[in-house]
Amino acid sequence: MQIYLPIAEVSVNAFLLLGLGGLVGILSGMFGVGGGFLMTPLLFFIGIPPAVAVATEANQIVASSFSGVLAHLKRKTVDLRMGTVLLIGGLIGAALGVQLFNMLKSAGQVDLLVKLCYVVFLGIIGGLMFFESLKAIRRSKVPGALPTRKKHNWIHNLPVKMKFRTSGLYISVFPPLIVGVFVGILAAIMGVGGGFILVPAMIYLLGMPTKVVIGTSLFQIIFVTAFTTLLHATTNYTVDMALAVLLLVGGVVGAQIGTRIGAKLKAEQLRILLAMMVLAVCGKLALDLLLQPSELYSLGAAGGH
Amino acid sequence: MFLRFLLLCLIFALPARAEEVVAGLSQNRVSITANFDGSEILIFGAVKREAPLPEGPLDVIVAVTGPSQPVTVRRKDRRYGIWVNVDSVIIDQAPSFYAVSSTGPLSEILSDVSDLEHRISVERAVQSVGTAFATDNPQDFSDAIIRIRTDKDLYQLIEGGVELSQDTLFSTSIDLPANLIEGDYTARIYLAREGEVVASYDTVIDVSKVGLERWIYNLAHERPLIYGLLSLFIAIAAGWGASAVFRLIKS
Repeated sequence: MQIYLPIAEVSVNAFLLLGLGGLVGILSGMFGVGGGFLMTPLLFFIGIPPAVAVATEANQIVASSFSGVLAHLKRKTVDLRMGTVLLIGGLIGAALGVQLFNMLKSAGQVDLLVKLCYVVFLGIIGGLMFFESLKAIRRSKVPGALPTRKKHNWIHNLPVKMKFRTSGLYISVFPPLIVGVFVGILAAIMGVGGGFILVPAMIYLLGMPTKVVIGTSLFQIIFVTAFTTLLHATTNYTVDMALAVLLLVGGVVGAQIGTRIGAKLKAEQLRILLAMMVLAVCGKLALDLLLQPSELYSLGAAGGH
Repeated sequence: MFLRFLLLCLIFALPARAEEVVAGLSQNRVSITANFDGSEILIFGAVKREAPLPEGPLDVIVAVTGPSQPVTVRRKDRRYGIWVNVDSVIIDQAPSFYAVSSTGPLSEILSDVSDLEHRISVERAVQSVGTAFATDNPQDFSDAIIRIRTDKDLYQLIEGGVELSQDTLFSTSIDLPANLIEGDYTARIYLAREGEVVASYDTVIDVSKVGLERWIYNLAHERPLIYGLLSLFIAIAAGWGASAVFRLIKS
């Protein structure tokens, strides 16, 4: 069944969109990532104009994260206090990121920078997570071996300490605030929720327990992407409501299934799966940059967004 | 002065017009609805003559043009081992859709001079006046537009697509693809004899969104903040709704 999207001005198969939404929704529920880093390139691939894909994806992430965060709230695996600190940083970061994005756009080459950002960050994060998880799995197989407890390092001892009871942490507010700003900037430049950076940053930098990390990152992502959606809707008019509805119907159902799968898997298994997926996307993008494209020319609206 | 010149031209041109085109379209309006999946337009007509049939073969060319927009064409090249955009050219007029249907190969039935004057072939329709010559070979860039859009069926050349019977009645059909943009499309019909255009006719096809498509588009452009909030509301309502449904199933 073909459907004509009013803002994107292209006609696509409705079931294809539902399927894509569902698939990305499952991953979103399992790993606590918004799935934007997968969905945005997939939307480019099926012919949605990049500006519309990025803006609409932000809207869709709100929905898939919302049902996910409800499931996590019920299981009490959301650190609301930590989430709020991250969110304040995230909003500041998103506003800065949009400024930076416009500066890069006027200098040209914004596409390349976005792609390089993807390759570098996905590569580093995917690689780190993969080896960490391998080590963790090997450790757990040795009987009697003690799991290493999270260590406090110097950044946790900065002033203005705060108690994060759900995470069992008593650390300075500055590390989570800085992580929030950084993720906000990257989210605005790369057009994603930023969960794939936020989740590892919370585990490795802040030392939060994995089970709390997923719900808390979803909580932060909802508000940052809602803010991004409004920015795109009012400045570029590129949010496609019909596209968002189709993606989110699939995505919402997928996220529910994903949350249940995630609850059954062990934290190490979850992490290694996510790491492999991140590396796969990274590899695909790197190949696109390294191999000669079949079409050397590309079209864009003159002077447009 | 200019007006008088035009008038003179018209007076001298009129008696030479021994043949005229009378044409019709299967539809003058294309409505883009939610399940729009392309459309086929039948263009048909007849040649009206008040003088005896002139010598030589008659050819008919039908061209349908979508709204023109400036396009930036970028070229990639290898730099430091990766493929990056190295230069770009702005083509200031390139139709978003262009289809040419004719009774025979354009190179045989149309002279270069007539093609240049009436901008009939795809190459002429894309040619731009004020191309920014930021590169040595601007022709490669306009070729690239034609190649990319031909792949998407946005540019079509159907040589032999017009059926002409008894040098009088003609008809052709043009497929409009699903990825159309809104606007006024023009259908031009040319009669050619020995490479020269002897008569022409043009009409407008109105392509526009209707119903829900229209409403969403207008809201997004006229009340962007309300539209943005509505999008978020729908997203969150759907998210919460699905969660509630799952809870019901579970209990």
